[in-house]
Amino acid sequence: MLRHFDLELTELKEKLLIMGSRAEASVVNAIRALVERDDDLARQVKEQDSIVDALEVEVDDLSISLLSKAPLASDLRLITVAMKISQNLERVADEATTIARRTIELNSEPPLKAYVDIPRMSGIALEMLRTALDSFIKLDPLRARQIIPRDKEVDEINRQLHRELSSFMVEKPATITRCLNLMVISKSLERIADHATNVAEEVVYLCEARDIRHTGKQSF
Amino acid sequence: MSILKEQEVARPEMDFEKSSKDTGSILCTGLTLTATLLIIAILVVIIGNIAWFGFDKFSWRFITAGLEEQMFDVERAGVLPMILGTTARVFLMTIFVLPVGVITAIYLTEYSPKHSVLTRIIRGAVNNLAGVPSIVFGLFGLGFFINFIGSNVDAIFYPGSDKVIWGKPALLWASLTLAVMTLPVVIVATEEALRAIPSGLREGSLALGATKLQTIARVVMPQAMPGILTGAILAISRAAGEVAPILFTGAAVFVPSLPKALNQEFMDLGYHVWVLTTQSPNVDKTQPLLYATVLTLLILTFSLNLVAVLIRAKIRARMRSVH
Amino acid sequence: MLSNNPSKESVSRRKIITTKDLNLWYGASHALKKISIDISEKLVTAFIGPSGCGKSTLLRCFNRMNDLIDHVRIEGGIEINGHEINRKNINVIELRKRVGMVFQRSNPFPKSIHENIAYGLKLHGLADRTAIEERVESSLRGAALWDEVKDRLNSSALGLSGGQQQRLCIARAIAIKPDILLMDEPASALDPIATSKIEDLILELKREFTIVIVTHNMQQAARISDSTAFFYLGELIEYDVTSKIFTNPSNRQTEDYVTGRFG
Repeated sequence: MLRHFDLELTELKEKLLIMGSRAEASVVNAIRALVERDDDLARQVKEQDSIVDALEVEVDDLSISLLSKAPLASDLRLITVAMKISQNLERVADEATTIARRTIELNSEPPLKAYVDIPRMSGIALEMLRTALDSFIKLDPLRARQIIPRDKEVDEINRQLHRELSSFMVEKPATITRCLNLMVISKSLERIADHATNVAEEVVYLCEARDIRHTGKQSF
Repeated sequence: MSILKEQEVARPEMDFEKSSKDTGSILCTGLTLTATLLIIAILVVIIGNIAWFGFDKFSWRFITAGLEEQMFDVERAGVLPMILGTTARVFLMTIFVLPVGVITAIYLTEYSPKHSVLTRIIRGAVNNLAGVPSIVFGLFGLGFFINFIGSNVDAIFYPGSDKVIWGKPALLWASLTLAVMTLPVVIVATEEALRAIPSGLREGSLALGATKLQTIARVVMPQAMPGILTGAILAISRAAGEVAPILFTGAAVFVPSLPKALNQEFMDLGYHVWVLTTQSPNVDKTQPLLYATVLTLLILTFSLNLVAVLIRAKIRARMRSVH
Repeated sequence: MLSNNPSKESVSRRKIITTKDLNLWYGASHALKKISIDISEKLVTAFIGPSGCGKSTLLRCFNRMNDLIDHVRIEGGIEINGHEINRKNINVIELRKRVGMVFQRSNPFPKSIHENIAYGLKLHGLADRTAIEERVESSLRGAALWDEVKDRLNSSALGLSGGQQQRLCIARAIAIKPDILLMDEPASALDPIATSKIEDLILELKREFTIVIVTHNMQQAARISDSTAFFYLGELIEYDVTSKIFTNPSNRQTEDYVTGRFG
């Protein structure tokens, strides 16, 4: 039986997907702006952050009004999960904005080296994010669980890059500004992967009603 | 966002002006009013007629005299014995019919299984009893109470006596006959009163651990009292004016003393009307007495009713307010 | 799927009502089908389910009120406090003294407020006037009604509002100090404020009494009960801790009912 409430739940899910695709696009554009040294693109990413912010408010408002109808069971879990996912997506967009800002700074100086690790990290992080949102739509907890171990990969790349840049800075002090900016960008990408992991954990809770957050690395 | 698509529904203009006359309703009201006025008119005519002609002879002396055999003497007749006789038989009838009727109604409503054979037999009997002509009750009273029970009582308790003590027309037998006649009225009225009490009240009492009997006695019966009294009022109203049942069972043309014992005959207002009409040496001359007697009967009936109605009102008022 | 020991808390509690394969027929209609359930002491257990699913019928088995209906046949075990009550020769009066009931439509007697409560006390032998007055006061306090009626104990109970009448019925039931209180949709005929007062009252009462409540209102069950049993078409479908039933029920039917997708 299709209830009026189901239509409202669909609206909620659609808003989240729009947020997700916009957050994704921001990250993609921010990295492209970095690699192609495109200041205009970077500025565009900064401006578009407000759209995602506005969407988070909309999702929260809709969620509160749906909660006031006292939903239960899977409806209740869906709404609380939606609020958490929107928060994570808003932060992903924020991180994209951070990357864009650092890119503009980097573009004012000559490039340090060819970017290899950063595109690799962003590739994994974006894939994690896409899969997490996909598993939300399809309510597929198994797919969601597959994302979680990949967070380690991103963490590892970030640590390695951090070490490289640290020693580089010591050797050539003239590159300190550029190295620091790159470290910030790397950290942002690592956080984006964390947020994607959070979304995956929320999807598992939604489907299985099992809370797998904070259980360390053994989440099987 | 709406599930329903926007639909254009053509609705007529709202118009609350008084529409054309509703002839059916007016006709109905008219007929009802006419019927009511007609009934009131008839009542007024009858009572007026009686009061007008009877008032002449109706006096304190009239209702306090009458022991001498002067009932056809227009100047000296009185109806005191008849008043007492009628009152006594109505009173006795009430004492007999109320307990039996109420207990039967309680059995039918509260105890008997809904569709048992016994229940259907009892109900059938009650319904049929209500339709029996009153003269038949008189014959029943004669045959059963007087000839059967009365004679046997005499045979058992007064053997060898040549006097008939109980096996003859008497106040007791007339009252019992009337009680049998008005039984259906009391049963039905009591049943209605019991049924009107919501079952939630009984459930509430039973859920507290009361037995069925306690529930009936302490919760149901007090609530049903006004209804039971209504039944009593109806019984009294019917019985006070009935003559046929007492014809063979206790009413007499003349009894020299006031009714003192249950096994004596008695005089009766309604019966006296018949006496004045058929036994009078000069019907025209005694007509004023006739009217006065009828007037007395009406006043007595109304008074008995009034007493019962007042009792019922008092009980209702007490039920409604502060205990 | 079907657990008879729903919560961590209730595992340690005594089972005060136990049914074993309970079946009930109204004539030819099979209204309760092999119900086996354990109710824990001094907790609130809610029975939920669509109309006609048997929840009220089961409730009325616990104080033998189904005896009042013709053509009822009950088979199976019902134990209250360890005593089997589904047999011919039990003292129903004593049973109803220990297992009280509050009905959906409040049914105060058309007597004074004092008399309503004294009725039950006198039934069970209390005669001393002072003792009766004390009990009347304590049960009215227990039902959160004392302050509102203490100045008019002798006025008719029918003059109270709907919510007050229902609390009076609760006071009347607890006055005779039962062990178990059965409540059949006690707030369904009341406005939201009266309902909320009754709900608060139930949360207080469960300190002293075991409460089993039948309700149509899921949010109410979620608010006040510790365990919830879901019935459908005479069967017990799921019985578990309330929070589980309402956030993540195991059974598909339970989920559909609780979210309003059927029913």
